[in-house]
Amino acid sequence: MSGARAMDARDGHLLSERPSRRRLWTDRIATGAMAAAVIIALLPVVLIFYYIIREGLAAMNWEFLTQAPPFSYRREGGGYVNGLIGTLMMVGIATVISVPLGILAAVYLVEYGGRNLLASLIRFFSDVMTGVPSVFVGLFVYTAFVVPYGFGALMGAAALSIIMMPIVVRSTEEMLKLVPQEIKNASYALGAAKWQTVLRIVLPSALPGITTGVLLAVARAAGETAPLILTALGSLTITTALVGEPISALPLAIFDGARTPFAAGQARAWAGAFELLAIVLVFTLLARVAASRSSISR
Amino acid sequence: MRAPAQSNDARPLSLSALARGRGFGRTLDRVFGWTTAVSGSLVLVILAFMVLTTTNTALPVFTSEGISFVTGTEWLPSRGVYGILPFIYGTLVTSTIAVVIAVPISVGVSLYLTELAPSWMKGPIAYAVDLLAAVPSVVYGLWGVFVLLPLFLQPAAEALSSVFGFLPIFKGPATGLSYFGAGVVLAIMIIPIISALAREVFKAVPADDRLAAYALGATRWEMIREAVIPRSRPGLVGATMLGLGRALGETIAVALLVGSSTKISASIVQPGYSMAAIIANQFQEADEQGIRALVGIGVVLFAITILINMAARLFVWRLVAER
Repeated sequence: MSGARAMDARDGHLLSERPSRRRLWTDRIATGAMAAAVIIALLPVVLIFYYIIREGLAAMNWEFLTQAPPFSYRREGGGYVNGLIGTLMMVGIATVISVPLGILAAVYLVEYGGRNLLASLIRFFSDVMTGVPSVFVGLFVYTAFVVPYGFGALMGAAALSIIMMPIVVRSTEEMLKLVPQEIKNASYALGAAKWQTVLRIVLPSALPGITTGVLLAVARAAGETAPLILTALGSLTITTALVGEPISALPLAIFDGARTPFAAGQARAWAGAFELLAIVLVFTLLARVAASRSSISR
Repeated sequence: MRAPAQSNDARPLSLSALARGRGFGRTLDRVFGWTTAVSGSLVLVILAFMVLTTTNTALPVFTSEGISFVTGTEWLPSRGVYGILPFIYGTLVTSTIAVVIAVPISVGVSLYLTELAPSWMKGPIAYAVDLLAAVPSVVYGLWGVFVLLPLFLQPAAEALSSVFGFLPIFKGPATGLSYFGAGVVLAIMIIPIISALAREVFKAVPADDRLAAYALGATRWEMIREAVIPRSRPGLVGATMLGLGRALGETIAVALLVGSSTKISASIVQPGYSMAAIIANQFQEADEQGIRALVGIGVVLFAITILINMAARLFVWRLVAER
């Protein structure tokens, strides 16, 4: 092999000299391997979307979107509206908690902290926090809040907001860094205080980019299952209480459906997967639209 | 890259220092500054609080089991015996399988996209691979159990076992619901993570390096091997570790596919368990001591993933700093 290394050109190969047959074949095989990697990577994409759409649509109907499931996995009919309500509630509350805090934290990193120790620590540990297993976040909320107060929507939302916050912090920070110093200076020159400049100039001009990060965080939270097992627990009926009552979520209902041996329960899981994937993809697409609308960019 | 916009206050051009008004306006400004600092510190507070609370909850199990909590191979909650080695082993084995499969594919895809693909193909392929990252893990689990298991995992596990069955790691009886099955699905889940980073890393290789290799008469593959890969190695290590970190903590897909056996098995085509998976699967029926043990598993899992992630971040950060 080593004889065919590119640098053997140093040993007197001329530019006009064609590469040896062996080197050409190595090149062709490598090209083929790269193309094969693309095909192997695209195969699961096709298979996942094909089956989710086929199986999901087969079990999808108005009843599924508007009814709670029957109390037995054997019985047909019913749907995941309880899960949909739970997901919307918990992701909604988590967004309300994590987005303002995350944006303020990012403002601190860019406008106040700069490169001081606290800012560096926050930056590093937000990155670390995005890598914390979500099931561990669930265990934490369970021991800290569920044990004293019981399962509920608020507990699930707490877990989801801990997962969302570092994502919002880091993506917002990247966007705030792109706001040019000149327009901040223009604001100061007009007599604006720093807080006015941040709220009226910096955040609005970074808004599309911030929206992208928030939407991606929402998409991530909507698909989380593991932390909700430990905090929301799941339920077969429609519940809207914030605390003290287990609540369902789409991923929880799908997880239960995937573990049941009964065809009716599995069919509902497929329809639920279709519904969940549609929600997640809508947020992902909106994020892309927001990103393309951004007036400031790298 | 991050230098210019950060220390605004220190730069002569920034006028914010002059913009502090008097009296009420000045107080308001300080309050706002402190609010942002408190919000930022919340990240650190939550992280510290998470570690302390969970460790404290798991403490009775840690003290009663001692070191045998992580070295014991028996998990018998009904008798109060908690050895989690089979799950640590399962987490490491499934994640290793995932990385071994995902890294070559991701690198291949990224090289194809940065070096080979005609420009009209780049966008759609990258977009399709990125779509994998948007699929929730419970959907991977459902699809894995009902589609990939009969279609690929089961036959592949049986084929591996019948051809290489003489090796202990492929010993039968083979089943798709195994370390192998979970590892394959994990690989699909981390391909978009690794390939997105690898793409950035390959793009960052200077054009001059590529042209220099071509000028020396290199074929395209030789150019990739001599100019692109060596430059990208630290970034690829970072990308791999981020993928590994994700695989270690992945819960639901593994819970559905790993086979749920609390016994340790040398063969990757036999059922096992992972740390995250047993937390999800046994939480609902655990008694109080059992829950403490599951929280203990969470603490060990957290420690392992944090170490991997911190190492990965340092790699990636150093890389960014070098540019």
